[in-house]
Amino acid sequence: MAYAPSSTTSGIHLPDTAQELVKILIAGPFGVGKTTLIDSVSEIRPLHTEERLTEASVDVDDLDGVREKSTTTVAIDFGRLSLPGGIVLYLFGTPGQERFRALWEDIAHGALGALVLVDSRRIDASFDMLGLVEESGLPYAVAVNTFPDAPRHHTDEQLRAALDLAPDTPLVTCDARDPDSSIDALLALVQHLIDRDPPEHR
Amino acid sequence: MTGRRGGRPLVPAYLSTGGLARPSRPQLERLTVLSGSGEPVPAGLPAAQLALLDALFSGSLTVLEAAALLELPVSAVRVLAAGLLDRNLVLARAPIPPAERFDPDLLKRVADGLRALKHD
Repeated sequence: MAYAPSSTTSGIHLPDTAQELVKILIAGPFGVGKTTLIDSVSEIRPLHTEERLTEASVDVDDLDGVREKSTTTVAIDFGRLSLPGGIVLYLFGTPGQERFRALWEDIAHGALGALVLVDSRRIDASFDMLGLVEESGLPYAVAVNTFPDAPRHHTDEQLRAALDLAPDTPLVTCDARDPDSSIDALLALVQHLIDRDPPEHR
Repeated sequence: MTGRRGGRPLVPAYLSTGGLARPSRPQLERLTVLSGSGEPVPAGLPAAQLALLDALFSGSLTVLEAAALLELPVSAVRVLAAGLLDRNLVLARAPIPPAERFDPDLLKRVADGLRALKHD
């Protein structure tokens, strides 16, 4: 068979305990560490799907530093965490450019929320992403991925001001290479989802 | 078989679905869980549908994972899975429906589960 030799399929099948499947988007510009974060916490080797870009986006050509500029597909990385209790959490790495809007909306459909990754060396690269998330109405938290050579003189207040974050939007720092640190960032998001405007009956 | 050797999918995405661009059922999502029904496989099943069934032989997969495994776009797997569903060859289980606000109990279980992973 040309498809799926058994050596690569082992481990990808869902555990029998899987009951509820949920997803969180790991969002941010190219090179911010989305795949690194997914890789650090995923129980499966990060996989990807090839997603076609919409017609309107094909003419736009601003993939700085990315090869195959004429491509009309984009690879969307994902990973998976089986949590105790039967919940399976999927993480989707989603690029933030305006031209990915249709794809973003498709993947965001049904997501619990988004963790927006920011590189403090190029904060402005995250503006598009934050705009998309804001417009989608998806609740989100912001995690600053700590690159070794990143400036450390930013205070939280400066970052919040630069990113124009609402006061109740969580802002954390994380090291996407470190599983515990990545999980902490995910927890900041999930706690935000629990805390925000509780429904009236609660 | 008309496939070529070397890394690329045997069947191009646009041919894998037999020319169908839309699944016969709209509700297959990335996280819809597919599993084989155990029904005998009829002769003459298209190669791409067979490949999907084959991938489900050893366990359940989401549409998403099947797409990654078969190196096909999610949209193509939706079409293939819908065809297999129509023939009762696979079963599909929908993910948790989208919600403006998700069940707080579910969110707490996600948080507890993440914390549990952390201490491992």
